[in-house]
Amino acid sequence: MRGDAASMTLLRAKSAADALRLRARNPAALPLAGGTDLMVHWNAGLLNGRTVLDISAVKDWRRIKVGKDGAEVGALATHAALLRQPAVVAGWPLLTAACGLVGGPQIQARGTLGGNIANASPAGDTFPPLAVYEARVRVASSAGSRELAFSEVFTGVKKTSLKPDELIESIYLPRPAKPARQLFRKVGTRAAQAISKTMAAGLLWLDKKGAVGELRFALGSMAPTVRRLRKAEQAVRGRKLDRETIDLAVKLLASDVSPIDDIRSTRLYRLRAAENIFRGFLEGRLEGV
Amino acid sequence: MRSVGANARRKEGPEKVGGTAQYIDDYDIPGALFGVSVRSQVPAGRIKAVHFDPAFPWQECVVADARDIPGQNVVRLLGDDQPLLADGVIRHPFEPVLLVAHPDRATAWRALKHVRLEVEPEEPVFTMEDSLAKKRVIWGEDNVFKTITIKKGDCAAALAAAPVVVEGTYSVPHQEQAYIENQGMAAWFEGETLVVMGSLQCPYYVHKALQPIFALPPEKVRVLHCVTGGGFGGKEEYPNMLGGHAALLALKAKRPVKMIYDRLEDMLATTKRHPAVVRHRTGLTKDGRLLAQEIDIVMDGGAYMTLSPVVLSRGILHATGPYECPAVSVTARAVATNTPPNGAFRGFGAPQTLFAIEMHWEKIAAVLKKDSLELRRANAVKIGSVLATGQVLKESVSAAEVLEKTVKRVGWDKTKKAHARWNADAKKPTLRGLGLALVHHGAGFTGNGEDYLKSRAGVAVDRAGRVRVLAGSTEMGQGATSTLAQIVADALELPYDAVSVERPDTAKVPDSGPTVASRTTMVVGGLLRRAALDLKTALEAGGKLRGPAAFKAAAKRLCGTAPERRFLADYHRAAGSSFDDKNYVGDAYGCYGYAACAVELEVDKATYEVKLLRVVTAQDVGKAVNPGVVEGQIVGGSVQALGWALLENCVYKDGALQNPRLTDYVIPTALDVPDIDVIVVENPYSNGPFGAKGVGEMPMDVPGPAVAAALLAATGVLFTFLPILPERIQEALCSQEAA
Amino acid sequence: MIRLSVNGKRRSYAGHPFKRLLDVLREDFRLTGSKEGCGEGECGACSVLIDGEPVNSCLIPVGQLEGAKIETVESLGTPEKLGRLQKAFLEHGGAQCGICTPGMLVAAEAHRRCGGSTKRQALCRALAGNLCRCTGYKHIIESVAAALSGKR
Repeated sequence: MRGDAASMTLLRAKSAADALRLRARNPAALPLAGGTDLMVHWNAGLLNGRTVLDISAVKDWRRIKVGKDGAEVGALATHAALLRQPAVVAGWPLLTAACGLVGGPQIQARGTLGGNIANASPAGDTFPPLAVYEARVRVASSAGSRELAFSEVFTGVKKTSLKPDELIESIYLPRPAKPARQLFRKVGTRAAQAISKTMAAGLLWLDKKGAVGELRFALGSMAPTVRRLRKAEQAVRGRKLDRETIDLAVKLLASDVSPIDDIRSTRLYRLRAAENIFRGFLEGRLEGV
Repeated sequence: MRSVGANARRKEGPEKVGGTAQYIDDYDIPGALFGVSVRSQVPAGRIKAVHFDPAFPWQECVVADARDIPGQNVVRLLGDDQPLLADGVIRHPFEPVLLVAHPDRATAWRALKHVRLEVEPEEPVFTMEDSLAKKRVIWGEDNVFKTITIKKGDCAAALAAAPVVVEGTYSVPHQEQAYIENQGMAAWFEGETLVVMGSLQCPYYVHKALQPIFALPPEKVRVLHCVTGGGFGGKEEYPNMLGGHAALLALKAKRPVKMIYDRLEDMLATTKRHPAVVRHRTGLTKDGRLLAQEIDIVMDGGAYMTLSPVVLSRGILHATGPYECPAVSVTARAVATNTPPNGAFRGFGAPQTLFAIEMHWEKIAAVLKKDSLELRRANAVKIGSVLATGQVLKESVSAAEVLEKTVKRVGWDKTKKAHARWNADAKKPTLRGLGLALVHHGAGFTGNGEDYLKSRAGVAVDRAGRVRVLAGSTEMGQGATSTLAQIVADALELPYDAVSVERPDTAKVPDSGPTVASRTTMVVGGLLRRAALDLKTALEAGGKLRGPAAFKAAAKRLCGTAPERRFLADYHRAAGSSFDDKNYVGDAYGCYGYAACAVELEVDKATYEVKLLRVVTAQDVGKAVNPGVVEGQIVGGSVQALGWALLENCVYKDGALQNPRLTDYVIPTALDVPDIDVIVVENPYSNGPFGAKGVGEMPMDVPGPAVAAALLAATGVLFTFLPILPERIQEALCSQEAA
Repeated sequence: MIRLSVNGKRRSYAGHPFKRLLDVLREDFRLTGSKEGCGEGECGACSVLIDGEPVNSCLIPVGQLEGAKIETVESLGTPEKLGRLQKAFLEHGGAQCGICTPGMLVAAEAHRRCGGSTKRQALCRALAGNLCRCTGYKHIIESVAAALSGKR
């Protein structure tokens, strides 16, 4: 443990208003929710001397409300809390599957959906599901609040489009129509407590003739930010998933991602595994969570 | 016999499960400072200057460097080449240069960011190839720590005459011990006596290492063992260094000093398993009988000698596998690189060379178009077989038995047929395979090692009739305490609970040798049994003992006015055995354990991930003194080996580990391994207590090649290296496809 | 001043609020059962229960815990009077070196409280946040299964 508690300044917010006020006054402060990422860096001695704004006590941001059209998940809802809500598991199974693969039970009990998003890791486990559910992220500052499409949140590795005085308040999950096919797959360094090498989430709707009504497919750990396969999604729209269409879609995958070699995996492996998963999904061989 | 063969509870168990067992960092040592190490950060060079940031409160710290060492600047082991603190010369990136102690941990850690070493870099050597080619000479005259050769018959002639010759090269990587308790030691002075306590395997190694550093006689150094959170070899020699560091700071500070590594430092700076490259050239008959084995072994020792010569020794002695071959020629070299020294890790050289021979059988099987099982059956050692050193196997040989028991349990032919059907179905999402490996493992120290050690252990009885085991052998989770107490209890015909075990403390227990090499049960257990029998004879001087009251009365009589009586036994080599350690001829080990393992797995066609479906292993341990402990050793060792085979990847750059965290160096979780199916075979050894011949290391030897063989069966690709990561499988399968 | 409940006792802590729960337990309250194995939330040796949920105490500044209910391995029983899970670990070889054991026991206790299925897969999932390097997990899984089935 190389963190030095005495060097730290801890600000503790008691309410949402309090949190936003403290945020406005201390734009350099690091927001702290579950601490599952921040404290790892602190333990390594990388955050000594910093000011931390603890928002974990803000009850309003912990709520999970499930309605007919969608669910509103407070930014501070933990992965474990989402897994405990049968209505969320039933409505957004790809998301809860991802929540169940974040770290181990201890990390799931502490890590929050909002913290996960704010942290903006390229390997964020919940991001591919949030991308295909087309979640909307509500961010607030003392001046008011605004809503961002999930696709607008990330600007790079560990970077978001949030302004320095903003905090994530909640995540809205629109309720999807029942898909014909859905998939979540995490390919990690081992069976549990793994960092992902590649990750996929997919939703597919077919029209009455059996052609593709809509395809949404997202990959994680394949680019600085989570990526929707926009080109492939567009290319298959309205077409039957025959050999030719599938080949085309799989070929287009690479143009929407930019995987790299690092200590966890290789560019080629990531690409090939993602292509295989995508092909398996389109061919109907790989589905489920 | 009442205890031996029963699952006696571990003596220290209640404290461990209650959370009150005292590991080194759990001791609240009044007035202790916390010590940290300033490390070189460059792989090779010369220290020009040390700069201390004037903004840091150095006046609150104690800083020690090589000049503060009162005796020799050396970490005593085999070569005496490693300094306690670098004195000018840097040979690897995590060489300790300075030590800093402060009453507050966080401040001590913070100090590291306020010291800067000015180093003139030199050209480093990172690979075994470059080291052998003497790209630069960084150790001795030729970068070679040790060369060993073994010759049996005329290998060159036999190879030239052989109808079939198969060649192959196999390599295995570093492996991190990854004990969950990081290294930690504390030190202080009591008058002129240096006291060192901590997480360690070998109290007398530390005892011996501290004497030259502090120019103290043996009686002025005391080493105490704490409850130790795993070792696996990683705490065999490194505590010599860390103990020296804590003691040096304590000397200078005139206060106790604790040094506890965090995970980062532990992974960056402490020893790993030696990587190895092993080349085989094998001559065979057309039906697969061995005619000649030519083997070349190179191991990477890192920057200093540490234990490399003996790791190499065990490696070469296992290189031919448990097979008999009329002509053998093996050369083994351990070389220096500018990386942190490699050291002991469960198996100690044997897993490296056994992986090579077992994979080579797979290659031979492919060349001869035979089942590798048949080849193993045809060549495995049996009673009367002559090993490469000329050792004749006279007893307790179980190669065939462990092989057949494993094959039967896993249903070899039936499973293979089922896999063939499965793999023929293109719709199946996976490819399945079944693989097998067979190994032997020499019990106890190699060659004359036990003679040099001159181990001593014993028992004490007090006037109240209480019996204590006296040995420097440590409990680090492997079950030594309960096993040794069981042996003594049975020798004395006492209930298990009547025997306690003294805490290893060099002031209180004799030197029973290091807790390594699968020797504790066989060697130390044997000494204890003899000592206990001597005690029994003495107690029975007044007639046969009937019941606890009689035992108590006899003990009182025996002690007389003394508070206790001690009975010690010294090691003697078994009659009729000898080893020439110049020429590597003779009885390299008193006896061998044997193990076979079958692995059934599947490879995901989409993601190339490997899922272990079934692991079956039969292991001959001579006698399972405590069957639960033995099974725990076999399962635990097997899972370490499965991790080495499939997950654990030490990535190095510029001589430094790039993934020194448990997040990035991944060891198996409960979800990564199946329920390991263990068959314990008991083929007794006449010189082991109750027939026992050790179990600690053997489980590490066998699953690695079995995994690789199963992957060959599943994919058709012979993987000649570890770890076999999904990335490597993808590369192999994609290039297979392209071809 | 931070007030919390530790193993059923009311405690208060007046030090720096950024001190980790693990250090507060070990240093201020002298409860050294919880161990530090990695400081990165990976090994689980520091696991404790907060309001019944298992967490890594090395990742939590104590300032986040006003009013929280903390339970450590020490709450499960003492060496003299072991709890059911602890006894099972002793009987079935669930502890070898013992350094992961407190965290394992805490994770197992959390699992027990949420139904405690004795199916192998469920047990492995419950213990997946705790690394053990000695046992290969087999005897740990058997220990937890024995304790949980003994309950019925």
